[in-house]
Formats: sequence, C-alpha cells, structure tokens
Amino acid sequence: MADQKDKADKRRHRLFKYLRKEVLPTAFCPGCGCGIVLNCYAHAVDELQMDPNDLISVTGIGCSSWIPSPYFMGDTLHTTHGRPIPFATGAKVTRPDKTLVVIAGDGDLIGIGGNHLIHAARRNIDIKVFMVNNLIYGMTGGQLAPTTPAGVPTSTSPYGNVEHPFEIAELVAAAGASYVARWTTFHVFPLMESMQKALTRKGFAFIEIRSQCPISYGRRIGKRTGTEALQEYKETAVRAQEAAEMTPEELAGKIVVGRLAERDKSEFTANLRQLNDEIRKKDAGRRPEDWSIS
Amino acid sequence: MSTGKKKPRGKTRSSKLRTDYLSRFAGRSYFMQGDESVAYGSLYAGCDFFAGYPITPATEVAEVMSAELPHVDGYYIQMEDEIASLSAVIGAVWAGSKAMTATSGPGYSLMQENIGYAVMTETPCVIVNVQRSGPSTGQATMPAQGDVMQARWGTHGDHEMIALAPNSVQECFDLAIEAFNLAEEYRTPVIVLMDGEVGHMRERITMPPLKDVKIRERKLVTGDEMIFGGDEIPPMAEFGLGRFIHVTGSTHKETGIRDVQSQDVHERLVTRLCRKIADNRDRIARYEEMNLEDADYVLISYGATSRPAAGALLRARAEGKKIGMLRLITIWPFPEGKVRELTARAKKVFVPEMNLGQLSREIERFSKCDVVSIPKIGGITHTIDEIYNGMKGI
Ligand SMILES: Cc1ncc(C[n+]2csc(CCOP(=O)(O)OP(=O)(O)O)c2C)c(N)n1
Repeated sequence: MADQKDKADKRRHRLFKYLRKEVLPTAFCPGCGCGIVLNCYAHAVDELQMDPNDLISVTGIGCSSWIPSPYFMGDTLHTTHGRPIPFATGAKVTRPDKTLVVIAGDGDLIGIGGNHLIHAARRNIDIKVFMVNNLIYGMTGGQLAPTTPAGVPTSTSPYGNVEHPFEIAELVAAAGASYVARWTTFHVFPLMESMQKALTRKGFAFIEIRSQCPISYGRRIGKRTGTEALQEYKETAVRAQEAAEMTPEELAGKIVVGRLAERDKSEFTANLRQLNDEIRKKDAGRRPEDWSIS
Repeated sequence: MSTGKKKPRGKTRSSKLRTDYLSRFAGRSYFMQGDESVAYGSLYAGCDFFAGYPITPATEVAEVMSAELPHVDGYYIQMEDEIASLSAVIGAVWAGSKAMTATSGPGYSLMQENIGYAVMTETPCVIVNVQRSGPSTGQATMPAQGDVMQARWGTHGDHEMIALAPNSVQECFDLAIEAFNLAEEYRTPVIVLMDGEVGHMRERITMPPLKDVKIRERKLVTGDEMIFGGDEIPPMAEFGLGRFIHVTGSTHKETGIRDVQSQDVHERLVTRLCRKIADNRDRIARYEEMNLEDADYVLISYGATSRPAAGALLRARAEGKKIGMLRLITIWPFPEGKVRELTARAKKVFVPEMNLGQLSREIERFSKCDVVSIPKIGGITHTIDEIYNGMKGI
C-alpha cells in the first residue's frame, strides 16, 4: 500500500504540492483562464523556492478569487467583494515578514474595490496584486464591468455597452505603485517571470492579467473557446516599448503588454515601523500622565 | 520547502513595552473625554492595531490611538473609508493582532457587510460606534441612540451580536477592556455602543494598576483542532502557523473549506454561531439595578439617557413613589430573563431613549406589563423633567 502511494506521489506533477487536494478538481469552466494563472503562480512560488508558510493569499469574491481560495495550499483569506486589498493591508501591517498576495477579478479590484486599489498603490504597501481581467463579471453570469469594451453586449447591457472602459494598469502606475505590468494568459513565461519580480520586489506590485472567460464573455463576442481568446492575445499583444512609439489609432484594439512602471519609492509598512521606532526612542507625543489630576 | 518560523505572533509581541508604557498611567486619575477613555481602555486590553476613518463624534478615539499605539509597539493606520477600516482590522486579527476601529452612524452603516464577515469567520475584534443623530448625515455633531437596532440587525442574515453601552467616562474605559475580553471569549465582533454625549463629555477617570485588570488572551490551537467547528467556540489559528488555514465568509465546513450548497452545513454553522452567544446570554449580561426591591414602576435606560433617568428616579423616590431603575450595560444579547422577572412584579415600565422607541419595543416583547416609551430626538439629551413628566400615572 505504502509503496503504491509512493509511486502515485512520484507520478504527480511537482507542483501538485501547492494545491489543496481535497478541493480538486477545480470548479473552473472549460477554457477558463484561471487555471493558467494558478499554474503560473505555483510556478513562480516554486522557482523562487518560497516557503508557502511565508505567503498569505487574500482574495475577494468572483471566479478569479477562487484561484488561491481554496486551490492554493497556503494561508488564505477569502474576503468580501472588492475588499481583499484592505484586508491584506491589515495583515501586512501586523506581519510585515509575510508576503501578501491578492488575486481577484477586475470587477472586484477596480469595480467595487477601485478606491482601495489606488490608495494601496499610493501608499506603496508591500502587497502583490494579480488582477485577472476577463472584461466581465464572470461569477454572476456575465454582467457589464468597468473593463468591458465599448459596444460589447453583456447580460446587463443587452444593447451594447455605452461606457468607456478603464485602462487599469496605467491607472495603478499613475497612482504610485512601485511595479506595474500587464500580461495575458497567452504569455505564460513572461507572466511567470513578472510574478517572480512582483513577489521579490519590495513595494506595491500590480500585474493585470488579461484572461478569457469563454462562458460569460467570449460567447457574447463570438469567441466560444479559450483557444480563440489565446489566439487573439497572441495576435493583438504589443510590447510596451513598441507601444510607446505607436499612435493611439495604431494602438486601437491592441493589448499593451510588458512592464509599465518600475520605480523606487519607500514602502508603507517599513515607513510605519521606522516612525514607530523613532517615536519610542524620543518618547514623543502627548500623554495624559502630563494632565493627571492626582 | 523549508519549514519557516511558525511562532504565533500573539506570543512574540512585546508585551513588556506595553506594560512598561501603560504603567506610567496606572493608578492615576485624569479628566478626559469618553472617546479618549475608550481608547485608553483598549490599550489596556492589549489592542495593538487600529484602522479608522475620521468622523464626528468618534474622531478622538482615532486621535488617541494614533498618538499612543506606537508607544506600545502597535500600529495606527488611516484607511480610505470605513469599509476598508474594518477590512484591515479583520486582516490584522488573522495575522495575530488585537484590533479595533471606531466610527459613528454613516461609517457604521458602511461597516455592516464586514461585521457579518467577522461574525461568520468568528473574528474577535472591537467596533466602537459613538452614535450621532441620523438618518444619513443627520445632525453630524449631535448625540443620539438611534443605532440600537442597527447594532442588533445591521448586517444581513441570522446572527447574534454583543453590544455594550457605557454611561460614564470611567465606564468607557472599563467596557473597552470588557469588549476585548468578550470578543476573545466568544470569538466574535463586539460593539461598544457609545453615544455622542458620553463620547464627548469630560469626567474624572482612574486607570487601574495593570495587575488588577483581567485580560483574556486569544485561545489558539495547540494541535490540529478544527478552527471553525467541533467545539461551540473553537480555538483560533492565525496566519503563519503552518496550518494553511482557509478563512471565508461563505458558508464553510468545520475545516474552513467552503460548502455553499449543503443545507445541513449552513444550518450547523449558523446555528452554532448564534447559540454560542444566545446560550450565554446571562453570562454576557451586565446591568445595574437601583431601588428595584420594592418597585411597582421600573425605568429601563442605558447610555447617556440613564443619567437624567437616575435624576428622575431620585425625585420620584423623594416623593415616596415606588420606582426603581434597571440600567442596561449589555444591550445585546438582550437580557430577556431579567426584564421578564422585573416586569412580572411591576405595573409599568418607562423607557427613555434618544430615539423614537427602539429598545422599548424589544422590552415590550419580554414584558408582562405596559411599556411606555419616553422618546427624544434632535441631538439633546432628556432633561430630568422630561423623563419625570413622561412617567405618567405613577
Ligand atoms: C457587495 C457585493 N455585491 C455584489 C456581489 C455579487 N458578485 C459576486 S462576484 C461578482 C463579480 C465578480 O466579477 P470579477 O471580480 O470580475 O470576477 P470574475 O468572476 O469575473 O473572475 C459580483 C458582482 C457580491 N458578492 N457582493
């Protein structure tokens, strides 16, 4: 018996140890991009030889949030819709020695939770955000998101979207994040490298991962399979360096991929700690012992 | 994979820094506001994390915490709104902190979803609500007691709640400690339901010697116990213990893993969450009794209103009227038994409140006699006269 178990364990993929076995197989739909993101995340952690016990995954509500919750084997906080970043902020302030990773969807992070995203970027708190952008509210069945391109019909914009979508990675870069990149589920190797960069670089790191949702999005634009989406990413992706030389007209319909920002900026929890040490050293501040009445 | 350090943060936190710093205050008296006092009580209780967003009349709690937390190796962070504040508090708790936030009506409304999250995930934390006059922005600087029912039922779904209402600056200090202790004991969020009157008034308080203060530490797992079931109040784990815990506000099994479709899993979880508080109602109940031994009439009050109510009681007693008072300190879970017992002997119950009769209706549910509401809204506390005159027919 033990022998057989050993053999079965050996046949298993080396990344299998990063998954919570009791919850497999995943609930993702056929062709969904979430499995690719999970794969890249596990690879990135493995190649960095990180101890999963030093990672805390924090997620919101949505299909993308299910990538670590419950599938990734590590401490996991599955929070309320839109709020994983502030939950992670509290955890990071208390445990600055841990690596805080937020994985969630575009609806979660820039729809309902957009305010938290830009404030975390502004603070430059050492949290790694991997945002899966499928241009739609996937879990609830395909409603209009702030990322849905103009004109696209969704279940709540049946006559086509009249809004303008967000360019999220650019927004987060402008808000002050120390590392920002955009990749797609087609670009698995650069995405893995980018995740490694994000995981090791101090400060707020944000990767927008364009990903496919064949069931709730692709279906509505005539791309019913995951492969068609990957094909589109392959054909429309433009590297950031090339994009810098292109006109807005030339960039229409393209996905700009690559590193969009990298800057050195002091980090929030480190600043907090330094300030607290100084305050204690100086014994500074008002204190009611001064206004004691006995 | 290396093994990593697996020390719970709760055990490594520098408690010496805290005790050294706080012992400067111990045994001394001060003249301060209720808001300031609730902050010092929280520091005594071991709070080492505060996340908040400014709002009158609760801002002073954040001001004291921002000034004092660094001295006890703790952290104050100002968030972008109250939703984020309570989110950060809950995240900090699972990372090993004792954490709190403070707000007033509009911010408290924003926190409701995450209060439910704290209930569902059994996250001990303290939320101070210094009530102001609503609805909406209302009378932003004026006190009220209009959130009594919101404190009970503000978040969606079946749940029980613990809410404590201080009526003096000293009690703000004492109940802050009590709130943290109850949060740890029952693994649940606890509301300190102050009002703007108590929050902003200044009185003398004495900070006790540290050794006289009972502090309940978090009960952490020692082995592989389940943290979301098994015991009625299961032990907690925290991040970094190598347990790879899964914490979710979705319906979950005892292991923490989501199961959102099984009727029995949901029923078992939510029933336990309610019972761990409801079944301990009498242990959680704190109240003060005045002149109740021979009382035919009973005043039931809480918070700032209990002070003019005590004045009305004294006046009526001086006139020989047989009246007594029950001052509720624990509002939720509601002390049903005590109210039943008192009203069985009484002819009438009077309930002055700074709202249009919220708790008086709850009292009616458990009263065997008439319940007369003495409401007052508009941001000014009742006068003794108003309460006295409201006690008609005694
Ligand atoms: C406060 C709140 N509002 C609405 C919902 C319903 N809801 C659940 S998931 C979701 C959208 C998820 O979209 P996204 O974050 O893009 O993730 P995806 O499922 O597409 O991966 C919504 C609106 C909710 N759970 N909570």
